[in-house]
Amino acid sequence: MGETLKPRDEKDLVEAVRWAISEDHPLEVIGQGSKRDLGRPVQAGHVLDLSAISGVETYEPAELVLTVRAGTPIAEVERLVEEHGQELAFEPMDYGPLLGREPGLGTIGGVVGANLSGPKRLKHGAARDHILGLQAVSGRGEVFKAGGKVVKNVTGYDLPRALCGSWGTLALATSVTFKVLPRAQTEATVLLPGLSDAEAVRSMTRAMGSSAEVSAAAHLPREAAEKIGVDGFDGTKDATLLRLEGFGPSVDYRFDALRKLFGDAIAAERLEADVSRALWRAVRDCLPFAGDDAPVWRVSLAPTAGPAFVADLSRVLAFEAFYDWSGGLVWLRLKDGDPQAEALREGVKRAGGGHATLVRASHAVRTSVPVFEPQPKPLAGLSRRLKQQFDPSGILNPGRMASGL
Amino acid sequence: MSGIAMPKPSDAVLARRREIVAALSEIVPGEGVIDADTEMRAYETDGLTAYRQLPLVVVLPETVDQVSRILRYCYENDVKVVPRGAGTSLSGGALPLADGVLLSMMKFNQVLEIDYENRAVVVQPGVTNLGITRAVEEEGFYYAPDPSSQIACSIGGNIAENSGGVHCLKYGLTTNNVLGLQMVLMTGEVIRIGGKHLDSEGYDMLALMTGSEGLLGVVTEVTVRILQSPETARAVLIGFPSSEDSGKCVADIIGAGIIPGGMEMMDKPAIHAAEDFVHAGYPREAEALLIVELDGPEAEVDHLLSRIEEIAKANKAETIRVSNSEEERMTFWAGRKAAFPAVGRISPDYLCMDGTIPRKELPKVLAGMRALSEKHGLRVANVFHAGDGNLHPLILYDANKPGELEAAEAFGADILKLCVEVGGVLTGEHGVGIEKRDLMGEMFSEDDLKQQQRVKCAFDEKHLLNPGKVFPTLHRCAELGRMHVHKGKLPFPDIPRF
Repeated sequence: MGETLKPRDEKDLVEAVRWAISEDHPLEVIGQGSKRDLGRPVQAGHVLDLSAISGVETYEPAELVLTVRAGTPIAEVERLVEEHGQELAFEPMDYGPLLGREPGLGTIGGVVGANLSGPKRLKHGAARDHILGLQAVSGRGEVFKAGGKVVKNVTGYDLPRALCGSWGTLALATSVTFKVLPRAQTEATVLLPGLSDAEAVRSMTRAMGSSAEVSAAAHLPREAAEKIGVDGFDGTKDATLLRLEGFGPSVDYRFDALRKLFGDAIAAERLEADVSRALWRAVRDCLPFAGDDAPVWRVSLAPTAGPAFVADLSRVLAFEAFYDWSGGLVWLRLKDGDPQAEALREGVKRAGGGHATLVRASHAVRTSVPVFEPQPKPLAGLSRRLKQQFDPSGILNPGRMASGL
Repeated sequence: MSGIAMPKPSDAVLARRREIVAALSEIVPGEGVIDADTEMRAYETDGLTAYRQLPLVVVLPETVDQVSRILRYCYENDVKVVPRGAGTSLSGGALPLADGVLLSMMKFNQVLEIDYENRAVVVQPGVTNLGITRAVEEEGFYYAPDPSSQIACSIGGNIAENSGGVHCLKYGLTTNNVLGLQMVLMTGEVIRIGGKHLDSEGYDMLALMTGSEGLLGVVTEVTVRILQSPETARAVLIGFPSSEDSGKCVADIIGAGIIPGGMEMMDKPAIHAAEDFVHAGYPREAEALLIVELDGPEAEVDHLLSRIEEIAKANKAETIRVSNSEEERMTFWAGRKAAFPAVGRISPDYLCMDGTIPRKELPKVLAGMRALSEKHGLRVANVFHAGDGNLHPLILYDANKPGELEAAEAFGADILKLCVEVGGVLTGEHGVGIEKRDLMGEMFSEDDLKQQQRVKCAFDEKHLLNPGKVFPTLHRCAELGRMHVHKGKLPFPDIPRF
């Protein structure tokens, strides 16, 4: 490995990228390195560390708008908005524990690059749904801005949103503007104990289709519930969780509405705010699968397809799984070392389609197995052409998402 | 026609018109090709009626395969294509080109699948925005984005413009409510992105397509998310002695952690025009009127209404009226929803602008607008999506008076420049189209615009799809791709690297 370049500001960053282009030295781009082991390993001569391009540029709580430099730690941003009774409603997941690093790391640049989200993705969307604008340096070594600093804006192509989830392969944001939202005054979680996967997803579907405004819905089969490790939560049974957030009277009212919806057949329990918050954080960070290095998949499919996908796959593979996003997100940990990519992706196709990301695997496995869902030919061609337009020399994280991207 | 120049028509293409019509007729047999001037009239303009142009030919395909073959043919023969939905664009997004095929998608009008369990609906792009809600309202569901033109506008057009509506702050724009697309590239290749699942596999092409104004691809199928209708909705009318008080009230509502379903502001000229037209009971003496709608569980709505009344009183509200029935709520909205036609009654013509500003700048922008009104000698009425800062100044003019259209356009351009100056943007929801094309430089640098156009090159390197819209200067893709590489030394050698 060569140099680690640590630009102090945007000007340094432009200089670094131009130098890399002229020397034909690809760069591995990092913030605090919390997600460095996620994705196809990058063949790069040098490391480009963006963590020094840090700090809040403007924050106007009354406008619900926040502009921060990309190297700013997520934790710092979350503390700041919390002080003002607000939040990043897309709940950026912390990959640290799952990937064997310490919790609480990660920068805003990583939030954009990985398009982070959490259980509330279901109602509030992901980072891409909250980004309003950005300034960035392309793989051509040119500064550009796109989007704006207001909530409603259709001036030009939506590049800020499109850069979310591009894993640093198109351009490097230096400053990012997000929409922030008021933090809920309180919350509670409805716990439905002892349901099978299929019953759980049926119950979550009913709740999501009601007017109870459920902001997150997850199902932890007992094996996952036991390992989640949240004080005040009894993990000895299968647990179906429905999150309610808002003003106190509203949360109480909706809790009653859901209890009525399920009737006497299911004995709904109520988890109060503190336990609820801790529990959803643990679901967000995939804590049941933290602490070892067995392969972990993150599978996105139509919510009702979740249980059938899991049942179908369990006939050929040994794994454990739990569900978020009302069944539409399946976290899956294999019990032996082989990620079984083909069997798994075939299973996703049989379940009606979606995509599977191998979020945890060894360096060697990630080199040989496609980490992100392979794309059909015309779409893959379009992706390559897009990469070419932003980073024609292949300087930025080359190959991180797939060969050629 | 006013001052916005379109790309010069290609004589070679114009000369081959008969051949092109014949080729298209082969792809779309029967009555799917229109080439008589009298019949093409219906397509000569969209919602921006000051601009008109007959297309080369109109084609109305019915299948994805036909769309693919039409685009492939045009790609191979270097013929431009202008896609069109319901033709309600207010920015000229569907304005035809003299040497371009007008591709109408309105025969794609079927709801293909309703999946209540996954809260997803699959439709063809010609289905109207309201048509989606109509298809699912029986089961208590609806599609959230609700542009004012929702009776007529198509979901395909909503994708092109990333349409909003009055409920955006709480429920998001089109881009936040679309799950998947099938689309055809200019080469004829058919691509599917997203579906009933969340997040994109690979680059977020959905994000690029939504709001791309018909420049990147032709949408042939759309999957949207539907929501269960709120249990209840109530609105409150609040009249203020000044727009400053009204603006402060909006900031305080949001500061109290309340995100209303809708929050609309009108200034005095708009209040009067609307009240005279629909008699909604608006306070005529108020300088500014706020309509705040709360939706959700009844307990929540009641709780928040009392909070909002307190906040309004603390901000010098002179009238506060809460709707006590669904009819009354609809009456409160009737005035706002009829604001554009109401203004149409007091003026022969009007131009509807669409800037967005940081909310706190509203008093400054309104004051600026009063000064501009005097400068240009034209009246202006304002309706404002107060929750998200999206401002719709309606400039009143008379097209029959020489010079008034030009004055109105100059007034509009000045307003949009003012919006950008205070930290806002040129267009919140109507799109750039041709209308704001030449103002893009007010907001973006040449490098910003070049990077945007490089995206176009990835989708349509021949610039055949809807050229002349959005970008003031067309650069060839070869020119945009050129890169100047300077052999350099190791950067910033004076700082530590580890």
